[in-house]
Amino acid sequence: MPNITSNGSGQKTPSVISDLSGVAETGAYKGRSQWRLAWDRYRRNRLAIVGLLLLAAIIGLVACAPLLATYDPNAIDYNYVRKPPNSQHIFGTDNIGRDIYSRVLWGGRDSLRVGMLAVVISIIGGVALGLFSGYVGGFVDAVIQRFVDLTFAFPNILLLLSIVAILGPNLTTVLIAIGISGIPGYSRLMRGSVLQALNTEYVLSARLVGAKDVRIMFRHILPNVLTPIIIYGTLGLGGGIMITAGLSYLGLGAQPPAPEWGAMLNLGRTYMRSAPWMSIYPGLAVSLAVLAINLIGDGLRDAFDPKNR
Amino acid sequence: MFQFLLRRLFGLVLVLLGISFLVFAISKVTPGDPVKMMLGNRATPNDIARLRLQLHLDDPLLVQYTKYMWGVLHGDLGRSYRGQTPVLQEILLRVPASIELGTAAFLFALLVGLPAGLIAARNHNGLLDGLVMLFAQVAISVPEFWLAIVIVIVFGVQLGWIPITGGVGLKSLIAPAFCLGIGPAAVLARLTRSSVLEVLQEDYVRTARAKGLRNVLINYRHIMRNALIPVVTFLGLLFAGLIGGAVFIEAVFARPGLGRFAILAINARDMPQVQGIVMFGAALYVLMNLLVDILYSVIDPRIRIT
Amino acid sequence: MDNLLEVRDLTVQFHTTEGIVHAVNHISLSIEKGEKLGIVGESGSGKTVSMLSILRLLPLPPGEIISGEVLFSGNDLLKLSEEEIRKVRGARVAMIFQDPMTSLNPVLPVGLQIKEALKTHLNFDEKQARTRVVELLNLVGIPSSSDRLNDYPHQFSGGMRQRVMIAMALSCSPELLIADEPTTALDVTIQAQIIDLVKRLTEKLGMTVIWITHDLGVVARLAQRVLVMYAGKIVEQARVIELFHNPHHPYTIALLGSLPRLDETTAVKLVSIPGQPPDMLSLPQGCAFASRCTFVTQRCNKEFPELHGISPEHFVACWEQERTAGVWQRGR
Repeated sequence: MPNITSNGSGQKTPSVISDLSGVAETGAYKGRSQWRLAWDRYRRNRLAIVGLLLLAAIIGLVACAPLLATYDPNAIDYNYVRKPPNSQHIFGTDNIGRDIYSRVLWGGRDSLRVGMLAVVISIIGGVALGLFSGYVGGFVDAVIQRFVDLTFAFPNILLLLSIVAILGPNLTTVLIAIGISGIPGYSRLMRGSVLQALNTEYVLSARLVGAKDVRIMFRHILPNVLTPIIIYGTLGLGGGIMITAGLSYLGLGAQPPAPEWGAMLNLGRTYMRSAPWMSIYPGLAVSLAVLAINLIGDGLRDAFDPKNR
Repeated sequence: MFQFLLRRLFGLVLVLLGISFLVFAISKVTPGDPVKMMLGNRATPNDIARLRLQLHLDDPLLVQYTKYMWGVLHGDLGRSYRGQTPVLQEILLRVPASIELGTAAFLFALLVGLPAGLIAARNHNGLLDGLVMLFAQVAISVPEFWLAIVIVIVFGVQLGWIPITGGVGLKSLIAPAFCLGIGPAAVLARLTRSSVLEVLQEDYVRTARAKGLRNVLINYRHIMRNALIPVVTFLGLLFAGLIGGAVFIEAVFARPGLGRFAILAINARDMPQVQGIVMFGAALYVLMNLLVDILYSVIDPRIRIT
Repeated sequence: MDNLLEVRDLTVQFHTTEGIVHAVNHISLSIEKGEKLGIVGESGSGKTVSMLSILRLLPLPPGEIISGEVLFSGNDLLKLSEEEIRKVRGARVAMIFQDPMTSLNPVLPVGLQIKEALKTHLNFDEKQARTRVVELLNLVGIPSSSDRLNDYPHQFSGGMRQRVMIAMALSCSPELLIADEPTTALDVTIQAQIIDLVKRLTEKLGMTVIWITHDLGVVARLAQRVLVMYAGKIVEQARVIELFHNPHHPYTIALLGSLPRLDETTAVKLVSIPGQPPDMLSLPQGCAFASRCTFVTQRCNKEFPELHGISPEHFVACWEQERTAGVWQRGR
């Protein structure tokens, strides 16, 4: 229907509902759901598929560590100290004769597990906090927001180091620290979405009709915010794995003899000259995992935002 | 403008207060008796009591906090558990090294990342664009500490081109600056690229073309001027982050900067030092944020009024 | 009078991930010096794309001009070099756009944005440009013009911003002004002001105007002649009074029919056009309006109707125009 503002005699009448913009531009979308559309777009992105396959491969390998590892990751063997990669030890051995390949496989479980759990903690905590803060509003909301802003004023690494300093250096601490440090980010996202939704007509009318608040939250608010959460979550996973490795590298995370990737790098530092392979493979593993995740994250972002970059 | 500054400064003070409170809380929450750490195992109950009194450790918490803040305002960040040297002094000793490295990495990121992003944007969806973006993606994914190790192994151990650890002077700065700066360079490239591409879609670029302006004028005054706004703010935050956040690189290259200092302090559970570093680092970061905000309001007139 | 602009057989396509969009399909039009032409159509009808093609402002990777000639005072604009067409833009043919907030650069002062064209095309120096800008701002009705030179777009209201756009467009005294829905984004009361402003100024300066809109009311206010576009084609063409009194194309009739009238005494249900807008990715073989037309016949679905004249100045593209003639008048 055309936009009507006046009739032939030049008088003004109120504007009636207007045009068909977007739909007319490209024709009907043939009723495909938003998710299906996004998946189709994702599929066409070659790098994104590579990322997905790579991550699947990594997860698969690491999950099957018990089957695929050639040696016990903690098995010490003073006869095979610092041997370069060979047919028996495909990645070589470390300074006390442990097989690097097996350690990388087993260590992956720690790295991936911590990364994933940390992101889950961040998301759950952030979503709950943001939802609560946005919904309750008023003074409580303002106070919480001040706190959130405060955490943003901190450089992230300092926050992490502080938490580790308090709780003592070990892998669980790292998990908690990374998890906590991610909460403000998701809470802001969630709160923004809640505030936006609270202003929309359909939420206002739903409340008027008497729909329960919880129901409103799930049906109206959550679906909208799901997409950015998925994207940030994916990228956060990559970051989590990298920081876990980093903190362990500094001796603040996984403690020896854990075969965690970062801890292995820490050990390898001393033997850079005599056994470089001790450092190369664990780092390579981290790089590939993070790369895979980042490619997926990018692919997701492009799939959900049809701006055709 | 003056009002804006005043309001931001007030906010700055509030944030610093909040941070100091958090830092103070950290020290009180940490397990371990500071007095025992300072005096060692052979301390007598008398010594302990005396030191506790001296350090006001038995005063109510609020009083302790006030005294701490008073000290901070006078530049006294406490004394290290080991050696009793003033924390602030030790921090200031490390600052030059961190600034050196941070600046070098910043310049590297700027000189590599910005042109790369522009090239990618100009070559949108072409081969060069794809290559630059792929490279950037890899650079972001590779952990900087691992890259540092690989570089040291390849260029230091095998080829002997660079000094392995420590060292002073420009030559020893190359490898660490590269390792620290390559990640930010990649992020900068991506940001620049997407910013330029976004601006290219804007209506005002179409208007500029419709006016028949010369390409050079359109490129600089309309496209770049707008596209660089988010880039500049990123650069400001980057600089702040690089000074304090070079922890891993300093560890690998054994550089005497703030990051390494923090790690040593944490490992030794030297709380005054940890506190002092966190306080200093946070304050620096907050200050840089403020500067970036001011800069932003200068280059984007839409912000100025608010 | 000579034709200032003559478009012949213009066809424009867009390559998208979903396929090829046939945005403009073999349209031809001409406009005389001093004439005011209105182009009416809904979103997607090809009106904006065809005008952008005239000045070659289309983004050319997705867009492609398949065929056609655009003769401006005898010169084919499509065949000019980049440098030559740049000299035409802004200086001889000016264009104003729909959303004045996004069409102005938010970080540059308004005065500077107007001066740009003056300095580029007319080689004005700073002083001359400044004087002219103040003149222009006064002309378009912006108060305290000399104070507002250094203000930014966000410091103006919507209507004021559009006046700035008009000042910018008129700055080098172009021969042709193309206005692409300049009032659509504005309040109703402001719309009338802007339309009248443009009418007044272009009449005074003897400028030729093409005004694109989807609003028939605007057309009635300003145009002497009207083109109606649908699915990338011109479906009807007539002098404005003739079009309103004696429309022949079913689409035009439907458009007019959906206008409420103040002089209706009883409550009449608002008529909307049934069916879906055309799928520009795959246009049918026959008439594109067939699926929504009340006069449709077999032939309409099979053969495409070309424009043919029912009177010297009235053209229609419809097989059933004999049946449709007078429908509008009878219904009133």
